Amino acid sequence: MSDTPPGLSSPVLELPERLRLRYSKLGRVRFTSQRDLARLMERAMRRASLPLRRSAGFSPRPLLSFGLALPTGCSSRAEYLDLRLDGESTTSPGIRVVDAGAIELASLDRLCALLSAMLPDGVDVTAAAALHGPEMSLQEAVASCDWELEVLGVGPAEAAGRVGRLLGADAVMVTRERKGREVADDLRPSILSLRVADRPARVLEGLGESVGIDASVSTRPRGVRPGELCRALGDQVTLLGACRTHQWMENEDRTYRAEPLSEAGVACVGLPARTEVLGG
Amino acid sequence: MTSVWDRVEPLLWHVEKPARYIGGEDGSFRDDKGPDAVRWLLAYPDTYEIGLPNQGLQILYGILNEREDAAAERTYAPWSDMEAAMREASVPLFSVESTRPAGEFDVLAFNLSAELTYTNVLNMLDLSRIPLHTSERSPSDTVVLAGGHCTYNPEPLAEFLDAIVLGDGEEVVGELNDVVAAWLATPADRRSRRELHVALANTEGVYVPCLYTPRYEGGVLVGYDVDDEAPATVDKRTVADLGEWPYPRAQLVPLTEVVHDRLNVEVFRGCTRGCRFCQAGMITRPVRERPKEQVLEMVRNGIERTGYDEVALTSLSTADFSGIGDVVAALTDPEQGVKEVAVSLPSLRVDAFTVATAASIQQVRRTGLTFAPEGGTWRMRRVINKLISDDDLYAAVDAAFSQGWRRIKLYFLIGLPTERDEDVVAIARLAANCVERGRAYHSKASVTASVGGFVPKANTPFQWHEMDSPNELHRKVALLRQEARATRGLDIRWHDPDATGAEGIVSRGDRRIGAVIERVWRDGGTFQEWSERFELARWEAALDAEGLDLASTALRARGRDEMLPWSHLSAGLHPDFLWGDYESSLAGDGLEDCRWTPCYDCGACTTYGIEHVVAATAPPAGGSQGTGQGLDLTGPVTIELGTTRR
Repeated sequence: MSDTPPGLSSPVLELPERLRLRYSKLGRVRFTSQRDLARLMERAMRRASLPLRRSAGFSPRPLLSFGLALPTGCSSRAEYLDLRLDGESTTSPGIRVVDAGAIELASLDRLCALLSAMLPDGVDVTAAAALHGPEMSLQEAVASCDWELEVLGVGPAEAAGRVGRLLGADAVMVTRERKGREVADDLRPSILSLRVADRPARVLEGLGESVGIDASVSTRPRGVRPGELCRALGDQVTLLGACRTHQWMENEDRTYRAEPLSEAGVACVGLPARTEVLGG
Repeated sequence: MTSVWDRVEPLLWHVEKPARYIGGEDGSFRDDKGPDAVRWLLAYPDTYEIGLPNQGLQILYGILNEREDAAAERTYAPWSDMEAAMREASVPLFSVESTRPAGEFDVLAFNLSAELTYTNVLNMLDLSRIPLHTSERSPSDTVVLAGGHCTYNPEPLAEFLDAIVLGDGEEVVGELNDVVAAWLATPADRRSRRELHVALANTEGVYVPCLYTPRYEGGVLVGYDVDDEAPATVDKRTVADLGEWPYPRAQLVPLTEVVHDRLNVEVFRGCTRGCRFCQAGMITRPVRERPKEQVLEMVRNGIERTGYDEVALTSLSTADFSGIGDVVAALTDPEQGVKEVAVSLPSLRVDAFTVATAASIQQVRRTGLTFAPEGGTWRMRRVINKLISDDDLYAAVDAAFSQGWRRIKLYFLIGLPTERDEDVVAIARLAANCVERGRAYHSKASVTASVGGFVPKANTPFQWHEMDSPNELHRKVALLRQEARATRGLDIRWHDPDATGAEGIVSRGDRRIGAVIERVWRDGGTFQEWSERFELARWEAALDAEGLDLASTALRARGRDEMLPWSHLSAGLHPDFLWGDYESSLAGDGLEDCRWTPCYDCGACTTYGIEHVVAATAPPAGGSQGTGQGLDLTGPVTIELGTTRR
């Protein structure tokens, strides 16, 4: 191997032990699965010589902690990943693990650029920040997501009618297969908002015009997949595209919310109300 | 050429594993070539995850795309759900890079690595809207080529392919590009396909089947009428120095999981161990090693570029690589080595030395270890020239279990020439003994014995030998399972004997099998490598409809003077050598590895005026084969032909 690690030139890149990354998944690469994405990330980090902390045991794996899985086929501008670096590692001479307080923004920008260059087209790391304070997994922390859907099969007026009926319903039942059995669930409690969007339609040869729909869905009592929302809108409606635009951490009464890591690089490591409830 | 992405995209929501169809691999090519470059579409006739890692295809992809006058993209067989969606939406077969229709490429070139993929070749031609038969194609239709190990009997696909390449593709692919470019330079209305065929046939190593017309007498192939402008026989191509071809330079790194998902570096090509059942070992001679410095460079650059955490040093028997000790030492060196990278040797020799090598490099992960004794008894292994004693195997197994492995996999063949029931049940006993040895180290030691059915293949010493029927193989599998039942920790797995039967039809048949393959395909028989999609009844019905049967096309023995369907195609091996080796086999005589013992003139070197490229003058440490160990461990071998047949 060459003397300088790939993609890194001096000076040494100083990074915190705990990191949160924000990334996007756009274009054709959205047809990879969450599992594929995890492997792509792992390989990019190896190429960047990030000294990832690894699990113990016979086949150690890097400690990467992904948030809510993104369904295969959906794109996103707001995906998150927490990771830990190993300050004791000797395999990465170009990277030094230092106290979170000593991290410079330029180092985090360099990290984003480095990883983006090593990830496939369409996957870009758009922000990075040091994490501190109590550990809370992204999966637990995220309370709701916003989506932009693109559907085919009905016109805007018909779509608006169906959206209204769905929102007015007491229950929206969908079935899915879980462990080989058909299970029926009510989606209605998880749908926070739904409306036909004012976005330009796409015209597809032989398939007609698409209609945009914006949705905001809670992760509790259960998450809602764009495909399920689409089925709940009734016959003829098929999904052409879905993009997750936001993931939100919220306090208990939904009076305050923040992104796990904003585009500007500000990380939310916990919300007061939530901490109180957890403590109480 | 135009992308069909807008029509493909809506389909991807509704199919399994949509990442199969999107390309985007690191190392993939973006077409920036001029309009005169020959557009190649390299095709693997199975799913993306099986086809992507194919090294032969990736080597040609790299070589072509480095040329100014060539551009190569790739395609794979769409899985049945995608095929149905494509047909319903009238979407043709497309390339994964630019989503351009296959029929708009100048050349469609198939890699043929497994015979049961042939029905997929037809399906892909059909999805490409290229006329299925060579005879139906016009001067403006795509040129359909094929290469790969299966081409040593290409007759079953002869009616569907314009030309077939025998042997190493590195050099000839450029010559083919020149021939096609020259032909395309004439406008379609003023050129003929015959001109193309003649030019291709006069390229060394290229077989153009439409210029060779088979002649039958009484239902038996008796010869070929060869066109005046084509050579009487076609010899394979051989690259003299692997060191001149460090390909693939940029191995493709897929976005989704594939088989052999790791860096692969070929350390040598060819094998002279001389296992008589092994077509790969016979047709790839002589041995050509890659310089060890180049191996190290390819590993280091590859790991750095791809981010893989595993590298496989590939060949037909990597422990035989002269530089193996130095390469392993360099890769595992704590200062200079590749860090946190597992090094694997996919084809292990059966001996303790090899296990020690494997142990020294598999520090990161230790999964399973595989050995291939192939035969259950020493007598059987002498017949097939796989000269490993029971003690060699036990020493290897002891070494493996003592080094921390808990699971061992053993590969065997059944249906081998002269095989008796005692050879079959000996497989279970040998494997059971290995389990018992493992128990000395771990209470949960286990052994998996994988049993395949033998198909005598073209250009091997067994090419004349008869083949067991599916029923006979079923009976032997049952015997083996019965014998293995009592041993806890021994798991017997077997390849479907019915699929072995079909493999016999397409490996041993002549040009008449083309119509059989076409019938199986039209009947819905795609993905025949996939057990859940395979039914022998489909093949039998197709044979019947063509007035043929399994016994005469696949199973029967051939006489020394019989015209074999592949008699006009040569891998360099003298027929006299093959016949002599066949006779030695039946006499139970072993043949040593000619890398380290005098030449026995098989023809592979002398035919092409080249030599083995082997750095070491002495055989590697360990292992009995080729090291002069006596072959008479168990006294005289008695051979009884025909006593266990059906």
